[in-house]
Amino acid sequence: MDPALIHELKALLGPANVLSTREDLMLYEFDGSVEKGRPDVVVFPHTTEDVARIVKLANRFAVPIVGRGAGTGLSGGALARGGGVMLVFARMNRILELDLENCRAVVQPGVVNLEITRAVEHAGLYFAPDPSSQKSCTIGGNVAENSGGPHTLASGLTTNHVTALELVLPDAEIVRVGNRHGDSTGYDLCGLLVGSEGTLALVTEITVKLTRKAELVKTLLAVFDAVGDASRTVAEITARGITPAACEMLDGWTLAVIENYLRAGFPRDSAAVLLLEVEGLREAAESQAAAIDEICRANHAREVRTARDAQDRDLLWKGRKNALGAMGRLAPSNYVLDGVIPRSKLPEALERIHEIGTSAGFRIGNIFHAGDGNLHPIILFDPRDKEQFARAIATAEQIIRMCVSLGGSLTGEHGVGMEKNELMTLLFSDADFDLMRRIHDAFNPDSSLNPGKIFPVSKGCGEIRVGRHSKTAETRA
Amino acid sequence: MQKHTSTLGEVPVYEDFSLCTHCGLCLNHCPTYRLWQLEADSPRGRIRQMLLVEEGELPIADGFVRHIDRCLDCRSCETACPSAVNYGKLVEHARARIENEYRRPWMARVMRNFVYRRLLPYPERIAMAARLLRFYQASGLQVLARASGILRMLRLAEREQLLPRIDRRFFFDQVGKTFPAKGPRRARVAFFAGCVANVTFTALNEATIRVLTANGCEVTVPDGQFCCGALAAHAGVRDSARELARRNLAAFTSGEFDAVVTNAAGCGSTLKEYHHLFRHEEPEFAGALTLAEKSRDVTEFLAGLGISAQLREVTARVTYQDSCHLLHGQKIREAPRQLLRAIPGVELVELPYAEICCGSAGVYNVTETRASMELLAEKMRHAQSTRAQIIATANPGCLLQLRAGAELRKTNQEVLHVVEMLDRALSGSAAT
Repeated sequence: MDPALIHELKALLGPANVLSTREDLMLYEFDGSVEKGRPDVVVFPHTTEDVARIVKLANRFAVPIVGRGAGTGLSGGALARGGGVMLVFARMNRILELDLENCRAVVQPGVVNLEITRAVEHAGLYFAPDPSSQKSCTIGGNVAENSGGPHTLASGLTTNHVTALELVLPDAEIVRVGNRHGDSTGYDLCGLLVGSEGTLALVTEITVKLTRKAELVKTLLAVFDAVGDASRTVAEITARGITPAACEMLDGWTLAVIENYLRAGFPRDSAAVLLLEVEGLREAAESQAAAIDEICRANHAREVRTARDAQDRDLLWKGRKNALGAMGRLAPSNYVLDGVIPRSKLPEALERIHEIGTSAGFRIGNIFHAGDGNLHPIILFDPRDKEQFARAIATAEQIIRMCVSLGGSLTGEHGVGMEKNELMTLLFSDADFDLMRRIHDAFNPDSSLNPGKIFPVSKGCGEIRVGRHSKTAETRA
Repeated sequence: MQKHTSTLGEVPVYEDFSLCTHCGLCLNHCPTYRLWQLEADSPRGRIRQMLLVEEGELPIADGFVRHIDRCLDCRSCETACPSAVNYGKLVEHARARIENEYRRPWMARVMRNFVYRRLLPYPERIAMAARLLRFYQASGLQVLARASGILRMLRLAEREQLLPRIDRRFFFDQVGKTFPAKGPRRARVAFFAGCVANVTFTALNEATIRVLTANGCEVTVPDGQFCCGALAAHAGVRDSARELARRNLAAFTSGEFDAVVTNAAGCGSTLKEYHHLFRHEEPEFAGALTLAEKSRDVTEFLAGLGISAQLREVTARVTYQDSCHLLHGQKIREAPRQLLRAIPGVELVELPYAEICCGSAGVYNVTETRASMELLAEKMRHAQSTRAQIIATANPGCLLQLRAGAELRKTNQEVLHVVEMLDRALSGSAAT
């Protein structure tokens, strides 16, 4: 990195907003994923103008730029794959405007997801997208990755809750897309930008919808002795026209691991559990909860618990929310996958995952958003064992390929990033890529923004991927 | 599959660090990350730095020391962590390494050695220092110093504001005594009186004894008790912490008590982890574990026992600031709130961000004054937003900090320990 660039960045932002020593940069080479990529310099803008000036400087020195929020991403979307300038939005964390009457909030990208809800809950409102990292992840990251969460089934992804954006384009121009109160005039550029993983523009201001809290929330936990029974239950609930706010499934082994850790009274010998939530007006929510209870029992649920109050509800959710942590205690590292299958293929997918795991020598835990077929298999491994690390990566790829072969997709909510860009060829043809590439180039012709993400960078994947990761294993161990 | 084998109490191993999956869920719960938004001052970033140090990738030099020093050790990250990383133990280990392997500027060396090795372990020296301080406060010297501007010149003005007011009587006089239960005896407890609390929180300690005895507890203040060692352990001065633990083991394991009770959340969380100071094979381990298991925060103990004393009305709007070492260290959230709600006339309103540290954190407000003051300013802003007349909390350090905050920002709010609220309800009087 040219020291002149660092010098100019410091002059522009003040030395407190620029990090360039090796010991500081080492802390920005990772996020929540298993990927790595070290930036050459880290900067903290405070305003949209700061962002534009940083982009101009970086362009002058011809170095790539990557945006980052809290670094909780799970696909390496906010890692500096090609080095360069990392633009951390954490200090652009002001809520600029609350328009409670019209249920809108205008926020800077560094605002933490849950802080939006905390700022408006007194008025009976909340921000609906609820990724499991919502206590720390930023809205900017949610926009980049089009994040979802357990309640995506009913409330949709981030894209359904963003109405307008302010952007800094890779040529440093500042533009606005969308409209605060939502309109369909012209191209839906806001929709295009949400989920573009920081490869089209840097988002500097976001207008989000606020949602009114439901009058009543009912939470149920149903325990099954056969996975088939649990998935038939999900199918039947949907067939009856009920859309639960959340519909989560955990396999029996995962639940046993959670119980060993939490001792919250979950059964250790079940095959699967469903965590279901319905919400709405009191009468509607109550009758839907009763119907779900009945469907669960008709499908041989061993036990159906309904939360009596908020505390009870938290207890039922506790297992789901602590699942990763509980699994994490069994091995030094874990790899959370993100794949999508058609809901109807759940039992088959579970069986295939079990087979793939067994033949590779891994016990794989399963947590999924069953309502929308979004799977999160968890592979436990030790990154110090390079062979095991490579095997974990290969197993993950096999599982994702299986999802696609069942008619599903590569990712439900974690994004493609640098985790699955090589696998994109499973889903898209050359013509598809060509269209995407043309859109990409219209915004980001020099690939100066977040290079090496989403699009495949090498053709023959297998060995290269493993090679790259075993190098990663070396630096981690 | 390799099983996780932790060796807390000894030197942390790779598995203790690797529990951290760098998911980042801790970030927004960390007071210093909230202040500066720097990975290096976040729990995830600090763990990474510690691991790099363990692996020899990062030297124990100024940068590392600064980021570890700036940690409040409030353990808020432990509450947020889905993987149950034992952060408190990791940071104490890092501090122990810094203590042994890093040469601080001479003034810091002298001060640390004096406080952790020469002052806190000796009750008579604490009393002596307190008398000097009391003379400073009572003789007019303090007024003079504040008016003259000399404190500003020495850049001590903010720190001087935080000085505890020294009591006229010291609680040391009560050590060795037993106070009988009022009415039928429901429990026998040993009271852990703390160190500095003996000279600055006599009233709180006496109130604690009144509340316990009024609720049917026979309270003994065992002779031979010393500072719990929390400050030393948190600072990485492990030898001193272990020595203090040994003396307290002798003082508290001799009697037949149902519980060892403290009103200091910081001391409580250290007592409950006394066995972490010794290795399994050391002779002290068994006794340390017994004492740890018997230790109770006074709010936890009273909420468990149930209030039997008649409580009179205390009409006040009250908010509660969680003491970090009660909430995050001991995972006690409900007990203090339950006790406050039990007082007739108390309207308890939740304090926004009550789970975030007020900046007191042991000696943090002295060693990292600027960060501490920023956290305090934020805390008082939230406290004012509740329009509460009384801010209740559960730890002497938090009391000092919040009282300084209320004074500095002239919020007109009274700051009381939960036990002092109960004591007030025993006699029945309105808020001032």
